[in-house]
Amino acid sequence: MILYIGRRLLGVTGVLIAIAAVTFTIFYVLPSDPAAAACGKSCSVERLAAIRTHMGLDEPVWKQFWEFASGIFTGRTMGSGQYALHCDFPCLGYSYENSESVWGLLMDRLPVSASLALGAAVLWLVLGLSAGVTAALRKDTLTDKVLMVGAVAAASLPVYFTSMMLIYGLIRTAGLLPYPQYVPFGSDPVHWASNLLLPWLALAVLYAAMYARQSRSSMIETMAEPYIRTARAKGLPRRTVVVKHGLRAGMTPILTIFGMDLGGLLAGAVITESIFGLPGIGRLFYGALSSGDQPVILGVTLLAAAFIVVANLAVDLLYAVVDPRVRY
Amino acid sequence: MTTTLAPAAAPTGRGPWQLARAELRRRTSVKISLAVVALFLVMAAAAPLLSRLGGWSPEEFDKTAVDPYLGGQPLGTLGGISADHWLGVEPVTGRDLFARVVHGAQVSLLIAFAATAIVVVAGTAAGIAAGYFGGRTDAVLSRLMDLTMSFPSLIFMIAMMSVAKDVNRIALMTAVIGLFGWPGIARVVRGQTLSLKHREYVDAARVNGSGSWRILTRDILPGVAGPVIAYTTLIIPGMIATEAALSYLGVGVRPPTPSWGQMIAESVAFYDTDPMYFVIPSACLFLTVLAFTLLGDALRDILDPRGSRS
Repeated sequence: MILYIGRRLLGVTGVLIAIAAVTFTIFYVLPSDPAAAACGKSCSVERLAAIRTHMGLDEPVWKQFWEFASGIFTGRTMGSGQYALHCDFPCLGYSYENSESVWGLLMDRLPVSASLALGAAVLWLVLGLSAGVTAALRKDTLTDKVLMVGAVAAASLPVYFTSMMLIYGLIRTAGLLPYPQYVPFGSDPVHWASNLLLPWLALAVLYAAMYARQSRSSMIETMAEPYIRTARAKGLPRRTVVVKHGLRAGMTPILTIFGMDLGGLLAGAVITESIFGLPGIGRLFYGALSSGDQPVILGVTLLAAAFIVVANLAVDLLYAVVDPRVRY
Repeated sequence: MTTTLAPAAAPTGRGPWQLARAELRRRTSVKISLAVVALFLVMAAAAPLLSRLGGWSPEEFDKTAVDPYLGGQPLGTLGGISADHWLGVEPVTGRDLFARVVHGAQVSLLIAFAATAIVVVAGTAAGIAAGYFGGRTDAVLSRLMDLTMSFPSLIFMIAMMSVAKDVNRIALMTAVIGLFGWPGIARVVRGQTLSLKHREYVDAARVNGSGSWRILTRDILPGVAGPVIAYTTLIIPGMIATEAALSYLGVGVRPPTPSWGQMIAESVAFYDTDPMYFVIPSACLFLTVLAFTLLGDALRDILDPRGSRS
């Protein structure tokens, strides 16, 4: 087990380095001059050259990448002389836009994105799995058909459409909810939840629909397994058969997609955050795109990748707990 | 005792594809979704013709259709739907929505289909190679699949689309969307190939001296075709939605070229005063995605009964 975790952690590091290298290369191969962007319109040639040196842009690309990658683990000093700037571990560089540390920016925004993702995840797991399992247990009945037609329709709605409908229906017309404004959980949990309810719903509708479809087919397959028949033949109550024998095996495939989905959302739901004006990582990323703020773009991409690979690792380890057939 | 036995129905020799077709024809959901898909495909293919029929080109302004005193609101009811403008007009500019929707269908579906083609060809090739050759080929390809799947794809697509500026946007978008989709189908094909490669008929072909290429194309490929077709239909809606999302975020095709996602993004500012402007492209997007999903579900049930349960 420990050996397995060690090997996986090594793999995770490898994946992250590969993603960093690819991202880094793309932003250097594709035409963009961050020095010119940082320097502004009335920029003299000398000043541009000075900025280039300061940013390390005159070094070869591989060396820049090495500086960047090792900086994440050890911290580094950027520039030299009176402009030298020490960037502590974990160093992702400084934003070109406002010279703040990228790590600091990300950590400022993370609570918003995490609140959005985790709340929505709870909602979509409850909605999606209960709909899926109900439909599977009542296969080919009216309940099943209604639930699945609803699921396939909801899965076809883009998140911005659902969001606009919710804003229009619940805020503008009915006036039931306030227009979302992020309130930190620590300062007021009730307002935190009531403000995030709408974005949670908007995000959860799409995922709940997909999870309902997935969990239905997975549950139908499980309930057709011989061991379920055995459990029934032993005279176990239906409840026990479904909950203890069926769900456990039926939900393992869901765990895999859940890891990927949650991992991807933790580092920012770009569309949802921008529609509801939530100051999360997705919005930070979107803003960085228009100003060409490369360190921020790189930082968000890396953080998102890190969340995905860590979530996948967590899921694989959970498998050993949930599924007795899996042994590492 | 003489009973006249009705002659046993002679086996009609219907192949799996014929059976699949018969099963498809039986389902109502398939008929409806096929009709919707066909409608949008015709719309996309005949976009220039249709907009000429409607009398407006997608980039033509019509100031007489909007009210300059009401902030450019379309004149008339339901967003200016009239005999002249079949689906109404855009606020402020007065551009014809029918013409923009059909040209938008062309852009959206072109990108979605081209990206799907890239994904399916690359995914099938990688999956077959990994499954059939095994060993080091499999190890390398499988690692590559894991790596690609670890990329935060939407964030990465947005970043790539926004950095590259002066190129053919449609081609770029197709490539970027296609880049991240292939591992899903490659895994399906790899699994299928693994189960096929030691079947008797494949062994027989090998003993008969068929080369790898011949076995792969003649024996393995037909065996994986069913799941591939089903999977292809199921990823098209995802591709359409991704294209729309990128265009919605403003990193897709550049205006004035219309696409559904971009039209929805522009209409958001008017959702209060001119809801029809928001409803029309949204409905097109919704119907297309829904129809392809239903079609894919049916195809998967029929062509890949194992896959539908796993």
